[in-house]
Amino acid sequence: MNEAIIIEKSVIIIAVFALTMLMAMYSTLAERKIAAWLQDRIGPNRAGKGGIFQPLADGLKLFAKEEFVPNTENKFLFFVGPAVSMSAALMTSAVIPWGDKLHLFGRDIILQATDIDVAILYVFGVLSVGVYGIMIGGWASNNKFSLMSAMRAASQMISYEVAMGLSIIALIMMTGTLSLREIAAGQEGMNWNVFYQPVGFLIFLVCSFAETNRTPFDLAECEAELIGGYHTEYSSMKMGFYLFAEYASMFISSTILAVLYFGAYNYPGMNWMEENVGVNIANVIGMLALFAKLCFFIFFYMWVRWTVPRFRYDQLMRLGWKVLIPLSIANIIITGVIILLTE
Amino acid sequence: MITTLFYILSAITLATAFLTIFSKNPIHSAIYLVLCFFSIAGHYLMFNAQFLAIVHIIVYSGAIMILMLFTIMLMNLNKEDEQHKSILTRIAATISFCLIAFVLLAAFIKAQPAIIEYRNSGEDYQSIEVLGQVLLNDYMVPFEFASVLLLVSMIGAVLLSKKEHIND
Repeated sequence: MNEAIIIEKSVIIIAVFALTMLMAMYSTLAERKIAAWLQDRIGPNRAGKGGIFQPLADGLKLFAKEEFVPNTENKFLFFVGPAVSMSAALMTSAVIPWGDKLHLFGRDIILQATDIDVAILYVFGVLSVGVYGIMIGGWASNNKFSLMSAMRAASQMISYEVAMGLSIIALIMMTGTLSLREIAAGQEGMNWNVFYQPVGFLIFLVCSFAETNRTPFDLAECEAELIGGYHTEYSSMKMGFYLFAEYASMFISSTILAVLYFGAYNYPGMNWMEENVGVNIANVIGMLALFAKLCFFIFFYMWVRWTVPRFRYDQLMRLGWKVLIPLSIANIIITGVIILLTE
Repeated sequence: MITTLFYILSAITLATAFLTIFSKNPIHSAIYLVLCFFSIAGHYLMFNAQFLAIVHIIVYSGAIMILMLFTIMLMNLNKEDEQHKSILTRIAATISFCLIAFVLLAAFIKAQPAIIEYRNSGEDYQSIEVLGQVLLNDYMVPFEFASVLLLVSMIGAVLLSKKEHIND
């Protein structure tokens, strides 16, 4: 019995890892294609049909590039930076429920790598650790622009983490649990949290953009002021890790948005499907539903990137501290009052 | 196996704690301290205290140490900037630290771990539900006092940073 659990979990972990990598790879292609589409261009179309092998070609190119290490006292920290970024981006996926359960070989298989009591806090913990990758890398580069950029990225992520945490508190008050699995299960059918927490969802969405360092909040990579940002001194696959980590964390944060607010794997008529067609088919469709939702959010990230121009630094800080935080506190109070009145 | 894990974790905790003190470079000290906090979170996990471990990582590694690194990086401290303290200050610091350590040790030895009581009651005392009820029912007043203390220090910090404005 124990071996079965180990095998089952290993398969889930490897599948999730592979999926994250694959999505991160093809997000780079999707980004270029969507940018081209929004700007009335064609986009990459040489490698394979419609540019389908472009990510592989990019990866090969990065691997073949010369490894350049700046003259710094901290060679070790210079190597640690991208590694921390990448591992933090990958670790979050451990607590995401990809589906309810499958019934295979006479066993119920729960489609989640691990179901811990404090899943949401775990996500926040990993997010807050992710800042170290950028800070250490930027500092070890021994370059003023890298350092400035790392500072910007860190202060931005810390500021928006506060608003993000506060917007989640309203959701937790409503659902009464910190486990992502129970939150997902509570949104049966069309009972999605976004209909009950629209303001919380908006705040969370804006903060996700800031946390993943995406436009309009990509001040850390503001080329006009800071050359290439914190990865100015990085080359070859170390830079590839930073870029890859950004896309991986975009994938994860899209998934978390879908799980927390857009009903996770739930779709209308899931119960009917489970009773009439079978648990397995109903849950495979559920997984596909989750996949469709997260693909929409990835598209949304890119859509915003090519539509909204970059914020100025003081505007960014004002939005975080003077608009989003008071708004999320008001949201908490209103949610509390409504919960008290309806009880 | 748990015992081996405990010894490995303890070794990491102690080694990184010593390295924090002995590193010459302040950034290296800060990074060792972060590692130390992580291994302490590992100790909490061995008690099966998931909530405490995660909150420890969020608060200490995720917030406090990042701000600390931030300050060190911005000030760019070097060995030349280091102020030389007089012998008297050093002796005073050592004595006061030893006294605090003595009091702490005494308190820990004398303390009655509440965990035994909970273990006997058979409740799932690690879950956040029980933790929240205990904090807000039995320890309501100290809990609120702690939050007032944090508020006061926050207002103090804001006031300190505003001081130059008032003088103008």
